[in-house]
Amino acid sequence: MKNLLALPLATIVAGLATVGTAHAQSASEGIAKYREMLQDGNPAELFEMKGEELWKQKRGPKQATLDQCDLGLGPGVIQGAFVQLPRYFKDTGRVQDLESRLVTCMETLQGFNGAEIAKTPFGRGEMANVTALATFVATASKGMRFNLPQQHPQEKAMYEVGKRAFFTRGGTHDFSCASCHGADDKRIRLQELPNLTKNPGDGIGFAAWPAYRVSNSQMWGMQQRLNDCFRQQRFPEPKFGSDVTIALGVYMGVNAKNAESIVPAIKR
Amino acid sequence: MRQTFAFILPVVAAVALAACSASPSAVDYDKAAADALKNSFQARGIATLDRLEQDQANAACAAADISGQPVEEKLAKAIEAANMKTVKWPADGKFLGDWKQGEVIAQSGRGLTWTDDAKTVNGGNCYNCHQISKEEISFGTLGPSLYNYGKLRGVSNPNSPEAKAIVEYTWGKLWNARAYNACSQMPRVGHKGILNETQLKHVMALLLDPASPVNK
Repeated sequence: MKNLLALPLATIVAGLATVGTAHAQSASEGIAKYREMLQDGNPAELFEMKGEELWKQKRGPKQATLDQCDLGLGPGVIQGAFVQLPRYFKDTGRVQDLESRLVTCMETLQGFNGAEIAKTPFGRGEMANVTALATFVATASKGMRFNLPQQHPQEKAMYEVGKRAFFTRGGTHDFSCASCHGADDKRIRLQELPNLTKNPGDGIGFAAWPAYRVSNSQMWGMQQRLNDCFRQQRFPEPKFGSDVTIALGVYMGVNAKNAESIVPAIKR
Repeated sequence: MRQTFAFILPVVAAVALAACSASPSAVDYDKAAADALKNSFQARGIATLDRLEQDQANAACAAADISGQPVEEKLAKAIEAANMKTVKWPADGKFLGDWKQGEVIAQSGRGLTWTDDAKTVNGGNCYNCHQISKEEISFGTLGPSLYNYGKLRGVSNPNSPEAKAIVEYTWGKLWNARAYNACSQMPRVGHKGILNETQLKHVMALLLDPASPVNK
């Protein structure tokens, strides 16, 4: 890996300085260019490698690997699984996203306490391992296109629930997901906002997580991305793997049909 | 037997199973979504569960977004009237404070998240969505540009009788935007206690004071 972490601030400042007083459009181009430069040595690779190790390692009370984990395409099949999640799983009777499914595998195959993991803060203990595993699994579908199944009644129901959750206004500011992500070509400050009510394009929105965040040097999965969206919406905190988070995943994932996953992405 | 992770949370999609002979209706999905919202969140810090409660305005506007049908005109008028009643006018009759303090408030996006505490001084989040002064190039585009807000509306003296209507409208809009547009996306800044009366006066000055950079 290159010495890229020393680079960002200087690069972004230079990028912005070249814009001078020119309008914001050029500034966002500068940021896009900066992201492109970082893509060369994305620190997400470290999390992917950690995830691969965790997948193959005998762990937990049952001292088992995750080799038999079924992510929807059969036990142990990793490639292509991510771009079809969230989906319905017969054994749990639920629609699950990648992260909640991984917790189920850690519970059933390795004997971990799934409820304990779900309560662990992001970035800590086994929750950090879930994020690394998710990065590993998702990266195996890099370049593939989203195609979530919608045959099962529960998959259809979760899409409808997700759509409703997406437009629900609440909190002190009356914000919904749609306040920021319901129209094309909008920004908060200089940050461009994907329109998540449709396919926002390859590698944008749902197709860009898990991602490495340069601003805080953290690897985030979709569960954490949603958690922080709701924090900024001034909502109470969504529980890890809760119905609303999974339903929103189905809604965004189905809307993103045919979008190419660029995971692991890199974000500001 | 220990409850497994997947079964700890109630299963929403029971609705789909209950209706296996016929397809579930929009009403079934509405119910499932309401249940999901109820079971999916936990209070954290100052962000308590009552923040999910839906008033008439939010319920009606969300339903309109979901169905793709705008709120019926009669209901929209009722929402606007109900929100108009919440507007509190400045106790001393003075609408404008200090535009410099208004700029600081407009820049700040702080406050009211679960990582803030009750003592956090809230910002107005204004630049997140609006262009305001020309000097600040980092502005959002979710709301309209407010550059030259007072000037474009012909306000040369905010205390004059000619300016009264626009000054009062601006106060009302900041206090509760839904009084003028039932489904406005703008936070109800005064009504929801995001900014207090003094802070609102400073933001008013930023928008309407001829000396403010907004009107240069």
